[in-house]
Amino acid sequence: MNQDRPALKQHRPSLPPLEDRAQEHLRYIRDMMARSGAFTGVPGWGLLAMGATAVLTAFLAAGAEGPEMWFWIWMGEAVLAGAVGTLALFHKARRCQIALGSGPGRKYFLSLLPAFITAALLTYALHRHLMYELLPSVWLLLYGVGTVTGGAFSVRIVPLMGLGFMVLGVAALFLPLGWSNALLGIGFGGLHILFGILIAQRYGG
Amino acid sequence: MAKSSKKTFKASRIPPTPSFPQELDPLIHARIRLGIVSALATGEALSFNDLKRLLDTTDGNLSVHARKLEDAGYVECLKSFDGRTPKTEYRLTDQGRDALTAYLTQMEQIIQLAREA
Repeated sequence: MNQDRPALKQHRPSLPPLEDRAQEHLRYIRDMMARSGAFTGVPGWGLLAMGATAVLTAFLAAGAEGPEMWFWIWMGEAVLAGAVGTLALFHKARRCQIALGSGPGRKYFLSLLPAFITAALLTYALHRHLMYELLPSVWLLLYGVGTVTGGAFSVRIVPLMGLGFMVLGVAALFLPLGWSNALLGIGFGGLHILFGILIAQRYGG
Repeated sequence: MAKSSKKTFKASRIPPTPSFPQELDPLIHARIRLGIVSALATGEALSFNDLKRLLDTTDGNLSVHARKLEDAGYVECLKSFDGRTPKTEYRLTDQGRDALTAYLTQMEQIIQLAREA
C-alpha cells in the first residue's frame, strides 16, 4: 500500500546565494547604524579655528570706519569661517568615516539649511536698506536656530551651543548698538571656541 | 535544536577553501540581535523604547534578545530613573564591538570568496 504512494517531494525554500545574503546583512547593519546614530561629524577643531578668526574679526570690526566697512569686515569673516568649517567638516568625515550625505548627516544639513538661507536673504535685504543695526541679532538668532534644529540629529552638545547663540541674539535685539561687536565676538568667537574644544575632546576631533 | 540549526547559515554549507571564515557567531547572526548590536555600534546609549522603535518589534521580543546579548557580555544594561519613571538604556561593550567587527569581516570575506569562485 505504502509502495503505491508517490514519493513525497521535499519542499525546501530556495535560499538566495550566500553572497547575496551576506550583502543583505551588511546593508541591514549599515541601515541600522545610520538610523540610530547621531551625526558626530561636527568638527570640534574646525569650530575652534572659526572661533579664533571671529575673535580677531570682532577687534578689527570695532575699529571700522562706518557701518559699510563694518558690514564687509563681518562678511569677509563669514566667508573665511565658512571655508574653514567646510574643510574641517570634510577632513573629520574622511578621518572618522562619517557619511555626510546620508542618514543623520543628511538630516543635520537639511535642518540647518533653512535658517542659514533665511539669514543670507535677510542680510542682503537689510544691507540694501542700510539697516545694519539689526544684523547682529539676525545673524546670532538664525545661526542659533539652525544649530538647534540641525543639532536635533547630532550629539546633545550641538543644540546647546545653538541655544547659546539664540540667547546672545536676543540680547543683541535689546542692547545698544555699541555692544554688537562684543556680542558677535562672544558668540561666533567664544561659543565656537568653547564648544569646539568640548566636541573635539568628546567626539573624536 | 534542528529548527535552530536551519536558521543559522554556516560557513560549512559552501565549498570549503583554505581561507574560508570560521562559523558565524550565532549570537550576532540572529536578525534582531544583529540589529541591536548595529544600532548600538554608533557609540550612543539607546533606551529600550528607542531600540523597540528602531527594530519595530515587541517589548517581549526585544527583552529576550537583549538579555541574551547581555548574558554574553556584548551589551550592558543601564537602569536609572528619569524623575520617577524607570529608564533602561543599553550600551555596546568592547566585547560586543569586537564581535560585530569580526562578523563584518566574515561577511566581507564571504562576498570576496563568492566573487573569486
